Amino acid sequence: MKNKIINRRNFIKGGLGGAVVASQLKGKESQAAGAFDHYPDSMGVLVDVTRCVGCRSCEAACNQEQGLPEPEKPFNDYSVFDEVHPHGGHGREERRTTEYNYTIVNKYNVPGVDHPLFRKIQCNHCLEPACLTSCFVNAYSKTPEGAVVYDPTVCVGCRTCMIACPFYVPTFKYGSAFKPRIMKCVFCHETRLKEGRPPACVEICPQEALTFGKRTDLLEMAKSRIRSNPDKYVDHIYGEKEAGGTAWLYLSPVEFDKVGFDVHVPHEPVINFVRDFLSIVPMVLLIWPALFTGFHLLSNRKDAKSQHDEDNQEV
Amino acid sequence: MSQGKNVQRTLCIIAVGSALFWSGLGYAMDASDAPEVITMDSLENHYDPVEFNHLEHTEMAACTDCHHHTLGIPPTNESCVKCHENSPEADVLSCGDCHLTDRFGIEALATLDDPQLYHRGTPGLKGAYHLNCVGCHQEVGGPIGCEDCHTMKDAGKKMFKAGKYAPVSKGEKGGH
Repeated sequence: MKNKIINRRNFIKGGLGGAVVASQLKGKESQAAGAFDHYPDSMGVLVDVTRCVGCRSCEAACNQEQGLPEPEKPFNDYSVFDEVHPHGGHGREERRTTEYNYTIVNKYNVPGVDHPLFRKIQCNHCLEPACLTSCFVNAYSKTPEGAVVYDPTVCVGCRTCMIACPFYVPTFKYGSAFKPRIMKCVFCHETRLKEGRPPACVEICPQEALTFGKRTDLLEMAKSRIRSNPDKYVDHIYGEKEAGGTAWLYLSPVEFDKVGFDVHVPHEPVINFVRDFLSIVPMVLLIWPALFTGFHLLSNRKDAKSQHDEDNQEV
Repeated sequence: MSQGKNVQRTLCIIAVGSALFWSGLGYAMDASDAPEVITMDSLENHYDPVEFNHLEHTEMAACTDCHHHTLGIPPTNESCVKCHENSPEADVLSCGDCHLTDRFGIEALATLDDPQLYHRGTPGLKGAYHLNCVGCHQEVGGPIGCEDCHTMKDAGKKMFKAGKYAPVSKGEKGGH
């Protein structure tokens, strides 16, 4: 009998201990799932704004490589820099990526700088992309090489990715609403990156304003450029931390907001702001209906009972 | 007598001075040894080759502006001097001997895996040409437009949608 009690006690103790361990393990696991460790050898591009001369070769090469539609003006027509676009991203009246071009270069006349500065825009290929995490059909994926690619065959055209992207990059092909198609830079993944070759824009750039390499090497290179030329660069690498880190990194000779960058992009991945909310969604969807149906039935039962009692009294 | 001594001293100084001068030049390459014109054709896919007048440029720029430390002349850049003050004339002198054509190729990128490698950001050939040439041209007022130096081939026009490939439809394209 005594033995039995001890056994039972031990059993309960063991069970409790196991439960505690299990809950701790579970905690660790969920944490690990939350903090994605990134692909260590993924590639990136370092864009040096001090080097770009605004030749638009990258735009031309991208158009050809990706088989994009004919542009409105030739790529060696530099009047595009003076165009005003009321619907530019971030409230700026400047050119932005559209369904016709995955990359564009904009010109900035910055006071105190004796020559214009140019800045290239394309998908930054985030380490934890907001487009990917916001897509409920998993049309996006981040490849180990570093590209954020898109699968049109599963896309339903909800355009949540366009709202989620902190850089206003994905665009929608409005001409094909019944066959939804998001248009955005894919890092030339299919044609070049997966074979280890640089994207078309990098290869064509005459000034080597675009440097292709492992993201870790590029960060080192960027730091070294800042260190050796402290007067030439602002001491910041845009994309090192922005939006949780991006594959495309930037160096600038002036404060980044003066050359069209959004300096208010948070340093955390966008998913971190909605992770807590998303974790309660299953609870709301599964538990609430059962719970409130139960409440409803209970209160109805009470009503029905009192109605029944009233009926009995009347009789 | 004292006048003769002075003349002797002056001659002596000239002799020693000129000896030092010529020996100084002895280890360095003379500009006249260099080719007069260099044909640059690394962009031949899209542009005609550029005939670079080397001789003309030796009169406008210092040799070390382009041949940083490979001519046996000490470089002017402070950081370079630290290692290359006494660097002898190199066996190879053309830009393409150090600046790779395939800068972002798999082999070139693999060299960065060597932690001992010091020059980690050496630009490729095209980058080296443009960064140095355009940089200097901007300073001295030389030509800086793409087509000031490069004549576009048909393939180039096709890529830039220029010339006979220029867009015909001028329709308004909105949306994003």
